[in-house]
Amino acid sequence: MAFEHELPGLSTPGRVTPDVIAPGHTFESVTERISAIILTKRTPIGWFVGFGIAFVFLLLFNVTVGHLLLTGIGIWGNNIPVGWAFDIINFVWWIGIGHAGTLISAILLLFRQQWRTSINRFAEAMTLFAVACAAMFPLLHTGRPWLAAYWLLPYPNTMNLWPQFRSPLIWDVFAVTTYFTVSLLFWFTGLVPDMATLRDRAQSRAARVAFGVLSLGWRGSARHWQRYETAYLLLAGISTPLVLSVHSVVSFDFAVSVLPGWHTTIFPPYFVAGAIYSGFAMVMTLAVPLRKFYGLEDFITMRHIHNMTKVMLVTGMIVAYGYANEAFFAWYSANPYESFMMYNRMAGPYAVFYWALIGINALMIQLFWFRRVRENVALLFVLSLFVNVGMWLERFIIIVTSLHRDFLPSSWDMYAPTRWDFAMFTGTIGLFLSLFFLFIRFLPAIAIFEMRTIVPEARLQTGEHG
Amino acid sequence: MAEFETPAALVAATEQARLHGYRQMDAYSPMPVEELSEALGLRRTRLPRLVLAGGVLGGLAGYGLEYWSQVITYPLNIGGRPFHSWPHFIPVTFETTVLGAALAAFVGMWALNRLPQPYHPVFNVPAFARASVDRFFLCIEATDPKFDRHATWKFLESLHPAGVSEVVA
Repeated sequence: MAFEHELPGLSTPGRVTPDVIAPGHTFESVTERISAIILTKRTPIGWFVGFGIAFVFLLLFNVTVGHLLLTGIGIWGNNIPVGWAFDIINFVWWIGIGHAGTLISAILLLFRQQWRTSINRFAEAMTLFAVACAAMFPLLHTGRPWLAAYWLLPYPNTMNLWPQFRSPLIWDVFAVTTYFTVSLLFWFTGLVPDMATLRDRAQSRAARVAFGVLSLGWRGSARHWQRYETAYLLLAGISTPLVLSVHSVVSFDFAVSVLPGWHTTIFPPYFVAGAIYSGFAMVMTLAVPLRKFYGLEDFITMRHIHNMTKVMLVTGMIVAYGYANEAFFAWYSANPYESFMMYNRMAGPYAVFYWALIGINALMIQLFWFRRVRENVALLFVLSLFVNVGMWLERFIIIVTSLHRDFLPSSWDMYAPTRWDFAMFTGTIGLFLSLFFLFIRFLPAIAIFEMRTIVPEARLQTGEHG
Repeated sequence: MAEFETPAALVAATEQARLHGYRQMDAYSPMPVEELSEALGLRRTRLPRLVLAGGVLGGLAGYGLEYWSQVITYPLNIGGRPFHSWPHFIPVTFETTVLGAALAAFVGMWALNRLPQPYHPVFNVPAFARASVDRFFLCIEATDPKFDRHATWKFLESLHPAGVSEVVA
């Protein structure tokens, strides 16, 4: 692992693939660096500024939800024929973002990718917060979410009504709630040994008690570690098909219907790839400022940045292939509704958004082939924001263009979001960022115990009994 | 209880202790050390079987719920499909299988580990605070048939530890 550093003369400087952790770190130093962010008494001013801005948008979200519940969903712009708009666009967008967290924590664990270690914790937190934001949309789209209990959940109510299990929307309820629950269990399990570390290092009584309770009395016993590692691996193995199923089920919401542009078999894999692509863009968006402001460049190294960019390149190309496939089958199906749908996407009233998404998701990502781009962290941050926009536009195009040109031209209409649509959307971004700011302040954003396994000290050969 | 500075030293010490016939002992480390399970002679955990059971139970419960609600108690004609239209029941069955397995893994792991546990004697040793940071501990328990206060202390010192201490219950 440290080979390149011992023999720097053998490779051209700057061409060396950096390590997953900067050299010179020990058990003590990784523990100190990560726990200091939480145990410090002085919260950085930047944190208050960032949290303050996020909190303003969270308040906007509260106002919007209040207005929505008092007035009804008529405050939104969606109406027949576009009965689904921002509420499902934003739902799919947020759920997709969450997928990168599970990919990093579960799938990369099974593939023994060491670079996942320093980014998995905050990516998992990102998953949980993104799923929470996503759930807001369908729940509030019901208009009366307090009644959603018997619409969505199977429980023996006095009316003897049961949810309709043949509907993809009910599959969605099960997929998303299972996803949230399993992600939460996985995240909490990962946190417990770090809580024990914080308990043992905390100075204030309040912190000792809080982390003491959360650590469940963890003492690092070898018997415990053995079961812990087994459970962690099993949870990873369980989460892997789960994460693939969640976005597949989300795509069934569309694919099971008989609308042109939705009724295609490519949807599940293409949605999953798009989810991972947008999720990695969000991990990048969060990781770049996080490592900069908290000085975590030693742990989130250029190796991580490179690898994340490469994952975005691969999954982005799969998404671009999906676009090509959609266009091809619209033509090859010889179905006039399908080909009109494609023509309408490319040359209809929303064509500018279609070409913007092609420009971002198919053309712009080609920049990731270049090492110069992958090494420019500031540029990558901007590009990752563009990817988030591009994937949002993709969902907008899929949903709105298929709906606004109905089978009968007499039902054709245009869709435009209202200011409340935007208030709700930016409000969930505020909710997401507020939760994230609280998370990095109060919980370890990087898995401390897993970092210990990758410092050079951890290797058994370096020990005195070697 | 003896304190060591590296995982390798702890593994070597644990192997020595086992060779000397100690059985009732436990090792503590700030991160998982796979070799310790073997050095301590731990048996493989029952957890995978529990998780399998949880998954099977979750799947059966999910499918059972769908069958009962859609065929027996609340049958509705949806597009002329049979009441028992099983392909529609697969996604939810899959999700409940995953949920059952994950809950079994989570609850099972903590239950088998007897956690949460608010008190444990090892925390009485002041040096043990570093067990969650950068120190490795081997603890031979008084219930071990070979345990002798004096001899065990001498034995632990012979392993070249960073320190030896007594755990007071």
